[in-house]
Amino acid sequence: MLLNKPHPLEVKVLTRRYEYPQKDAIGVDEYVAKEGYEALKKALDMTPDAIIDEVKKSSLRGRGGAGFPTGLKWSFVDRKSPKPKYIVVNADEGEPGTCKDRVILEHEGHRLIEGCLIAGRAIGSNRGWIYIRGEYRTQIEAMDRALAEAYARGYLGDNVMGSGWAFHLSTHTGAGSYECGEESALLESLEGKRGNPRLKPPFPATSGAFQCPTIVNNVETYSAVPDIILKGGEWYAALGTPKNGGTRLVCLSGHLVTPGVYEVPLGMPLMTIINELGGGVWKGRKLKAVIPGGSSSPVLRPEECDIPADYDSLAKAGSMLGSGATMVLDETTDMVKLMARIMKFYAHESCGWCIPCREGTAWLAKILARLDEGAGTKKDIDMVDELAQGMFGRTFCALGDAAAMPAMSFVKKFRGEFEAKIANAKVYMPAPQTQPLVVL
Amino acid sequence: MADPITLTINGRALQVPAGTLVIEAAKKHGIEIPAFCYYEGFTLQAACRMCLVEVEKMGKLQPACTLPAAEGMVVLTESPKVVDARKGMLEFLLTNHPLDCPVCDKGGECELQDMVFRYGAGESRFVEIKHHENEKQWSPAVYYDPARCILCYRCVRVCDEGLGVGALGLTYRGVHAEITPSHGDHLECDECGWCIDVCPVGALTSGTYRYKSRPWEMNYAGTICTHCSNGCKTTLSVRNGEVIRANNRDRSGINGEFLCVKGRFGFDFVHSDERLQTPLLRKDGKLEPVSWSEALAAVAAKFGEVKARGGKFGVIGSTRTTNEENYFLQKFARQGLGTANIDHHRSGDVVMLLDALKGKTDALAMVGDLYTTRAALVIGADLSQQHPLLAVQLRADYRHHQSSTFVVTPGEVREDQYAARSVRAKAGEELAAVETLREDLAKHESLVILFSDAIKGDAVRKLVAFGDSLGTAVKYVCLQDYSNSRGAMDMGLLPDLGPGYHAAPATGLNMDQMLAAKDLDVLWVVGANPLEDTALASEGAFVVVQDLFLTETAGRADVVLPAASAYEKTGTVTNVCGEVQRLKQGPKVMGVKSDLEIMGLLAKELGLSLGIWTPDKVFEEIRKTVHGYNVALPVIATGGAAQTTPVNGGVPVTVRPELIRSAGDTLFTSGTLGRYSKMLQGVMEAPGELYKR
Amino acid sequence: MTFSPELEAKFAKMVQQYPQGRQKGALIPMLLFAQDEVGAVTPDVIAEVARRLSVKPVEVEEVIGYYTMLTKEPRGKHHIQICTNVSCMVTGGEELFAHACKKLGIGNKQKTEDGQFSLEETECLGACSWAPAMLVNYDFHFVVTPEKLDQLIDNLKKTQ
Repeated sequence: MLLNKPHPLEVKVLTRRYEYPQKDAIGVDEYVAKEGYEALKKALDMTPDAIIDEVKKSSLRGRGGAGFPTGLKWSFVDRKSPKPKYIVVNADEGEPGTCKDRVILEHEGHRLIEGCLIAGRAIGSNRGWIYIRGEYRTQIEAMDRALAEAYARGYLGDNVMGSGWAFHLSTHTGAGSYECGEESALLESLEGKRGNPRLKPPFPATSGAFQCPTIVNNVETYSAVPDIILKGGEWYAALGTPKNGGTRLVCLSGHLVTPGVYEVPLGMPLMTIINELGGGVWKGRKLKAVIPGGSSSPVLRPEECDIPADYDSLAKAGSMLGSGATMVLDETTDMVKLMARIMKFYAHESCGWCIPCREGTAWLAKILARLDEGAGTKKDIDMVDELAQGMFGRTFCALGDAAAMPAMSFVKKFRGEFEAKIANAKVYMPAPQTQPLVVL
Repeated sequence: MADPITLTINGRALQVPAGTLVIEAAKKHGIEIPAFCYYEGFTLQAACRMCLVEVEKMGKLQPACTLPAAEGMVVLTESPKVVDARKGMLEFLLTNHPLDCPVCDKGGECELQDMVFRYGAGESRFVEIKHHENEKQWSPAVYYDPARCILCYRCVRVCDEGLGVGALGLTYRGVHAEITPSHGDHLECDECGWCIDVCPVGALTSGTYRYKSRPWEMNYAGTICTHCSNGCKTTLSVRNGEVIRANNRDRSGINGEFLCVKGRFGFDFVHSDERLQTPLLRKDGKLEPVSWSEALAAVAAKFGEVKARGGKFGVIGSTRTTNEENYFLQKFARQGLGTANIDHHRSGDVVMLLDALKGKTDALAMVGDLYTTRAALVIGADLSQQHPLLAVQLRADYRHHQSSTFVVTPGEVREDQYAARSVRAKAGEELAAVETLREDLAKHESLVILFSDAIKGDAVRKLVAFGDSLGTAVKYVCLQDYSNSRGAMDMGLLPDLGPGYHAAPATGLNMDQMLAAKDLDVLWVVGANPLEDTALASEGAFVVVQDLFLTETAGRADVVLPAASAYEKTGTVTNVCGEVQRLKQGPKVMGVKSDLEIMGLLAKELGLSLGIWTPDKVFEEIRKTVHGYNVALPVIATGGAAQTTPVNGGVPVTVRPELIRSAGDTLFTSGTLGRYSKMLQGVMEAPGELYKR
Repeated sequence: MTFSPELEAKFAKMVQQYPQGRQKGALIPMLLFAQDEVGAVTPDVIAEVARRLSVKPVEVEEVIGYYTMLTKEPRGKHHIQICTNVSCMVTGGEELFAHACKKLGIGNKQKTEDGQFSLEETECLGACSWAPAMLVNYDFHFVVTPEKLDQLIDNLKKTQ
């Protein structure tokens, strides 16, 4: 079981029941003994509007990456629709650097189940699915065990806790696709299709899973809900900063002394997270860069990192909090190589649906690989930026933007490294000539 | 219709109905917004991003193909940002697209070429190695070159949404993404080739056409398909007198761009090695090639001799020859030879329908009605297999107008996929099954009933009575087999009825009776194969056959006269819905003559005066004399379809349901003709199964 | 074809979990679980799954090509996936992958001759805080060093 030593600066809400070392998953008995399913009991006596209001008050925002206010999202569902309403959990966790949902799935599935139940109650749903990436077979099995326990105890089923309300929940395995983390692509995948994103509008709240009103939220988002209902939205909101309520899981990776998954309040200074929780840059080296919210978030230079880590502050700094994946890079990091690797990833994961993303990521990956090998030109560096701009905002879904943003930021902030690669090239590469297509 | 709204595109205030897509709004007012994936009538993709436009108050560029026009919306389609985005998309597209335009089939009619010419950059910044995948053969008809594919998904949509076949999909992802055929490495489908036609680039190519020609090296002849009765317009691409392609990209005609495998690939019988190109005369028991004059003289001599002694003629006409030929044939028989023994292979009881309708000419449906009707009832026919255009029309009506289709068939049919109700009924029990649909049918304000030869004789009268009792506007289509089955009836190739369903002066033998008559002196068969599975009872009969091939009937003939196919002549044909359309000559085949010319020459040889025998003159006579055929000439002359209403009141009818026998052709068979198409024989789906799909 | 009783039971339960008439939802899980048992998505598996879920063969082809975990070619008994994405790359993932290639004598997406091992350079596995990470079939291994990898492979070889 993967848990790092708790850190005194952590604020434990989601992880409050975890012990160190945590040998087995928190079973239903232990969960119930420690206030488990109390929030559900409370929610069953609340009106749907009251539940949504409480979530709104908590200023909980989507922890999957986009940071959309959760209560608002839930309120978009037309509860009067004659169609069934569905709850979908996005546990595709594919954004490079992100490894927090697995901790919840593996350790405390009941928290997620309880969150789903409350969400289901809030929108009048009777069915949900937990879409878990295929590689997480261990986590799927852990979740299946938790689900079986919940069914056995009557927390799930045709008569949830004797309330007469039915709610069913099951896991659904993915099979290897980053794009399925995009909510509409995930829904396509849930329906047994390729993970190509859908045209929006309609948004899932209107037409989601199986063309019915659906809310799609991240594992962590749902998991925050039980405590919000139990202790009140205001209590939760107060843990963070205005409009950035509560705590979040931060996944620290890269060149750190103590990388790991920690729970911190929204707004904890980024440098505190890196230096205190992460134990600072490893091997006594200097910090070169931080990727604050998964590989698609624009990179920050050390001097840009003295900011609170919340959605709004990072947006102001030109980056994003994203999925909470903070990658720390030391002074020895080859930024060109890193960027080339990031683009290779996006080229591999582009679903191929739209032209700019399909062709743009592949082209950029080739140029960046060439630059990395020292076979580029200064013109290539400009071209990386130009092509990324040509993709940005013009693709069908956000994957194009996710690929373009790091490319633009790397070139802007580490241009010197790109130029040095060319200058120090061992291989001489003549400047590529543009080829006229049409002789005018 | 929704209230109109006003939006501004490029400074012009335009009024369009609310909800109109910006790309359509622009198009209606002559403003072009380029697109690859947007294809009228099919689902929206927003994949190619070519139609991105700038919209005031919206940060990002917006795809015009999915953006509904809204009141006060201000759109720019030629702003620097938009122009830059388009240029960028084309540059992206060309990164992996091979620039093999000089050897590409699509060169000259490629949408990508045109787009780059108009909107693209003059040079590319791409210097990397292109991603390449080799070309694949999916079927004898369809080849796929993934490298050229720009993934606009048109092919996927026409196959799935247009036809209900759904044989194409998308596989792999990113730059490796490509179209996949139904069975991984090969295609099992209708082989209609619609996918090839809609492909904007040279990714999907046709087995019959690939690497044969440049589009500007060919002549084009817009004519009517000679296979089934639906009457699709097909544009033949002719190079050096040879047809090498058939399609209908200009969407002229009742079928738009739709063609089935027969229309698109089944033209190859024209240039079959087995085509007869010289007349044959039986000498010493063997058919020997002779000159036209010798053959015609032999026929004339025999006809003259038998006529003079009052002998017995039998005349069997064709379901594929033109109206002019059919009209002339019955005139030749009745006036020239003095016989009433004339018939053809009947495949639908049109006679009975026209009689039952008692002059209600507005109860005859046109092909277009199938796209607008609120409901349709299909009785006894596997529509997708036997009447592909009608099936596509009904499916489009459902897709676009949520119409209801009801099916009464003995087995499963493709229409079941979207049918409001499907009822399985054994042969003979159809009407009872139809009765169970009464309430459902009566709910709809318009209904088209299509019935096969399962409903004939009195059953037709009962069906019309049922239709009358519904209290809703009902139209009918009596399904028949071949391209001019309807015309053969209309022109009076019937022993008891003359042209326009008027009583013939005398009633003669029907086809079965002719073949069974032991004392028949002459059997004259024009473009038919009655002896395919029946022996001629009269052993001494002199048999004259006009045909393209040495069929079973021609094999029994004493004189065989090589005839031109529908693609090699002009004239008119009438489709299953009674719509008249004009044939245009495409290819030329050495040695053959049109049936009209053959008959004209025979008349001359016999010294008969049956009028001038050019198609135009005969059609003029038809327009003047055949009831309901006084159609507007400009419509026909410009390649349009004009509906005929060949009856006004009851028909003096003899009920002979046993003579109505559909040949039960599938998508991949076409009577005798289909046997000589290598393409129809060569696809693995041939001959196809009725009531199974 | 039929699968093991356990898998059949799983499938029977699975198809109940999607709305009536939308059983296609079970397609991807079914293919993956069937592949785990059969070794690959064989033509038989495609036909069987298409039949059970009433989908066209092309709908199955579409997803097989899309999802990286699905394969038509059988992989090794021990399928080793080493992550070389950002977090793993900066902590030695690439070196680890190169080491695995050398150790097994095979390259990316290749299989050893005896069919025991196959190797794949994979994208982010979601174990970034414990990088470099790798998967052997469905078992995660964290903070893997070349030495740990050697030991692991040697142990797997012994258990054959």
